[in-house]
Amino acid sequence: MRPSKLLPLTDPEARTRAVDAAGSSQRGTDMSDMSADKSITSGFEYEAGFGDYYALLKPRVMSLVVFTAFVGLMVAPVSVHPFLAFVSILFIALGGGASGALNMWYDHDIDAKMKRTMNRPIPAGKVTKEEAFGLGCALSGFSCIMLALAANIFAGLFLAFTIFFYVVIYTMWLKRLTPQNIVIGGAAGAFPPMIGWAVATGGVSIESILMFMITFIWTPPHFWSLALFTKTDYADADVPMLTVTHGRVATRKHILAYTIPLAIVTLGIAATSIGGWAYLITSIVLNALFIRGAVQILRRDDAAAEADDYKVERRYFKLSLLYLFLHFSALLLEAGLKSFGWGGF
Amino acid sequence: MDLRVEHEIHKRRFSRNAGLGLVLAAFVALVFGITVVKVNIIGDVPEAYNASRGLTNEGASE
Repeated sequence: MRPSKLLPLTDPEARTRAVDAAGSSQRGTDMSDMSADKSITSGFEYEAGFGDYYALLKPRVMSLVVFTAFVGLMVAPVSVHPFLAFVSILFIALGGGASGALNMWYDHDIDAKMKRTMNRPIPAGKVTKEEAFGLGCALSGFSCIMLALAANIFAGLFLAFTIFFYVVIYTMWLKRLTPQNIVIGGAAGAFPPMIGWAVATGGVSIESILMFMITFIWTPPHFWSLALFTKTDYADADVPMLTVTHGRVATRKHILAYTIPLAIVTLGIAATSIGGWAYLITSIVLNALFIRGAVQILRRDDAAAEADDYKVERRYFKLSLLYLFLHFSALLLEAGLKSFGWGGF
Repeated sequence: MDLRVEHEIHKRRFSRNAGLGLVLAAFVALVFGITVVKVNIIGDVPEAYNASRGLTNEGASE
């Protein structure tokens, strides 16, 4: 029996119960199970379309993975056959999507409680958690093996480690345990440029580690600024976000505390083999804006923030997206310029 | 037995099957492409090996 359409359920607890019930009603076919779920399966039946499964792969996160992995591959000093580069990026993206599906499988209970995530396929009743688990496991194994075959074994193993890190270390273990969850989770999202680099070179280097550091240090202030203006969500879901455990003043301090080392790392990359004038100028401008935003956040209290509906925090959050995109774009530009004999210093 | 057509379910089922079909076709094309590229790359190795020893492919085959 397929899960019923659960979209009308707006109460988070009801959504969680309904998702669990949908999964159990699929496993059991006896009438007692069906009658027990009658209250929530009394609507019409819902059969997932292709798009519902695609949504399990977190397409927006996948786009970040694709872009940063592509940059990692393109700035590497070893050229890769264009077709192998294409399929490698595709399998890295698929691995990222697989970890997204496994994340949604494990977090279906808290996803149902947060406004930002309650329309994801599992809490919305479009896909069962068992299906998400199966899809995630299958795509994980598939993507790692195919990447190892298309590129090299090291890249395949690196992708496997990334999925393990995101699903087991972050999602299952630390996300619900420590307020530093987002710091650990940031590492998983930061690995793709290293994998892209590994596809080309078969190893790691200072440049790929620094590319990792960009996203790693960028992730906490990015999410903490989000947590400041979506303040009730994480508390409702009992996720120990810094805003919940240490308070909002401490979060504002932490944002600045991470923004400064981030500036050091991003500026430091300019001095490596993948940096150059174009990157350096881009980085100086972006860091100036980003530090200014972090200082503005630090100087505000919640009363001032609520008065203008978290205008500064929202602006910092939007800037953070641009910050990451433009830094990696500048690295890509440098690689393009170097191919014409220009980039670098 | 009720044979009433339920358009919404059929539509979704079709989208799922069509999507899966396209994914499988794409996978076949990818594996074929990888194979062609890999074979071409491997095909270059003996030439490089021979060149390092001052031989041509013709000379090596004789």
